[in-house]
Amino acid sequence: MSAKQKGWKDLELGCVVTEPGSASSTKTGEWRSERPVRDNTKCIKCGICYIYCPEACINEDEEGYFEADLYYCKGCGICAHECPSSAITMIEEEEE
Amino acid sequence: MMEICIYGRGGQGGVTLAELVAHAAIREGKHAQSMPAFGPERRGAPVLAFLRVNETERIKIRTEIAEPDVLVVLDPGLLQVGDVVSGLKKDGIAVVNTKKSHDEMKAEIGAGRLATVNAMSIAKGILGLPIVNTAMLGALIKATEIVKLESLEEPLKERFGKVATKNIEAMKKAYEETVVR
Amino acid sequence: MKKGKIVGLEGSFAIAEAVRMVNADVISAYPITPQTHIVERLAEMIADGELDAEFICVESEHSAMSACVGASAAGARVFTCSAGQGLELMHEVLYIPSSMRLPVVAVAANRALSGPLSVWCDHSDVMALRDIGWIQMFAENNQQAFDLTICAFRIAEDKEVLFPAMVHIDGFYLSHVIEDMVLPDDEVVADFIPEYEYPFALDPERPVSMGCYGPPFIYSEAKKAQEVAFESTKPKILETWEEFGDTFGRYYAPVESYKMEDASIALLTMGSIGETAMLAVDEMREEGKGVGLIRLRLWRPFPFTELREAVKDVELLVVLDRALSSGMGGPVCSEVKSALYDKREDMRIVGFIGGLGGRDITIEGFKYMVNRALEYPEIEEEFEIIGVRE
Repeated sequence: MSAKQKGWKDLELGCVVTEPGSASSTKTGEWRSERPVRDNTKCIKCGICYIYCPEACINEDEEGYFEADLYYCKGCGICAHECPSSAITMIEEEEE
Repeated sequence: MMEICIYGRGGQGGVTLAELVAHAAIREGKHAQSMPAFGPERRGAPVLAFLRVNETERIKIRTEIAEPDVLVVLDPGLLQVGDVVSGLKKDGIAVVNTKKSHDEMKAEIGAGRLATVNAMSIAKGILGLPIVNTAMLGALIKATEIVKLESLEEPLKERFGKVATKNIEAMKKAYEETVVR
Repeated sequence: MKKGKIVGLEGSFAIAEAVRMVNADVISAYPITPQTHIVERLAEMIADGELDAEFICVESEHSAMSACVGASAAGARVFTCSAGQGLELMHEVLYIPSSMRLPVVAVAANRALSGPLSVWCDHSDVMALRDIGWIQMFAENNQQAFDLTICAFRIAEDKEVLFPAMVHIDGFYLSHVIEDMVLPDDEVVADFIPEYEYPFALDPERPVSMGCYGPPFIYSEAKKAQEVAFESTKPKILETWEEFGDTFGRYYAPVESYKMEDASIALLTMGSIGETAMLAVDEMREEGKGVGLIRLRLWRPFPFTELREAVKDVELLVVLDRALSSGMGGPVCSEVKSALYDKREDMRIVGFIGGLGGRDITIEGFKYMVNRALEYPEIEEEFEIIGVRE
């Protein structure tokens, strides 16, 4: 049952949340209007975007590139702003 | 029930005096209640404490004492400061620390029963300090027999630890020297 | 029955003894007159090794209650105390243990609120805490201050309760008074207080989130759950007091009556003035007036049923409030009126306010209130503040 459907009798003592880390199931990617797109010809794999991402949703892939997890990425654009080689651009969600 | 008002100055131990007698009375199986007159405690400022002792019944009343049976005055200067004596019951007794003779003090505060002792001289002599409360304990007991002198020894030991012996000595000396008429 | 020994104890020290005997784990408090002696004595007990507890020094009452919330969430048996302005500074945090269902126990040494600045007793601080969701009870003397503190731990920590509990003692009138009382043996108290285990105590093996955000879709459900649980604490309170009575010989009730059997007039009070009021009732009885006395022992949850039962034959109810709700009157009187509205149309309820900021309430004061109330309905004012100089 989702929290929004719970009646008062369904709540735990003191309204504690017994499922740890339940916030990670929230798809904050839905909040995004722009998404970061990386140009691998410019990317120097420095990891600055990974360090700056406030959502901590950028992870290093097998090839050493840093990729945003779009399930969580809110599209804030900080990675694009901080990228020293201008490899990241923000494009509107509606664009392919 | 005996109701007692204790007038002193902050630092002279009036509140402690009331507490010690309450402890002694309770040890004797009596009912007692000590209550400070809730003021900001500052050294030198006039301080008032209340004490009730009832031999047989639990003390229910929980108000200040307006008309005491006994008045204990730790500092003779307070007799000039405020209206200390006027509430004393007609057959009540005032117990006063004073350098003056008994008759002089009697003339000063008017008719009625009076007990006097030079508690300051006893305190300075035995304790080396101008803290008169334990000497005035002796005077109070001489004047009223509210508790036995021995009953105070344990409460004094609990309260004062190492210096209890001197305080007991001061109490006993005052008991002997107090004039009651 | 093991009754213990008769001792002379200051009210504050009696409470410290109770906290020592229940073997509290964590104490966090900030000293404030007239509560100071409780904190000082507990700090001394911990320093001397008489009580194996953690004393968390804090810089304010707000932090004291915050520390208590954290310690209680970790599963500790927790105690704090405060008074007057200190409770006001603590106020924001007082709602947290009740909504998180943390059984913190507190003693409030009741004190007036500024201004003018007053360290003296009245119930202004209590009345500002009516809605905090704590179980609240009033002590009348030092024995009760001790007994009710013991009971507060057992009630609060009961698995069917799990709410914070506060014992109110009148500042100075109990906190600074030495009087004779019965101090039970440590072992008897220890036997009366069961081992305590908080169901969601913070544990890395079993992580939970406490004190979460409550958006509109869940806040009402949370409050309903809290309120239903709070109202159902009553049977446990009664059961605990009953068992306390069977063990220690002193029985308590949500509403306690004195000479009410044939009384047509009743005085209603709370706190340390109760026994003085008994003496006033005795004197008025000798004067031929059919007066009795009702004391509210339990303040929250409000004892509706017991109050209605206690006043069922009363024609005139005289309520003394030791606090003033500005623009409203006496808070206890208005609660009593609302509890009896629709139930007793034939009864008059007259409210007086007295004993503000450490003013004594005397036997004469109680007589005045009864005599004045008998003049009703000539009284035009909603309430009267007694004993005020013109």
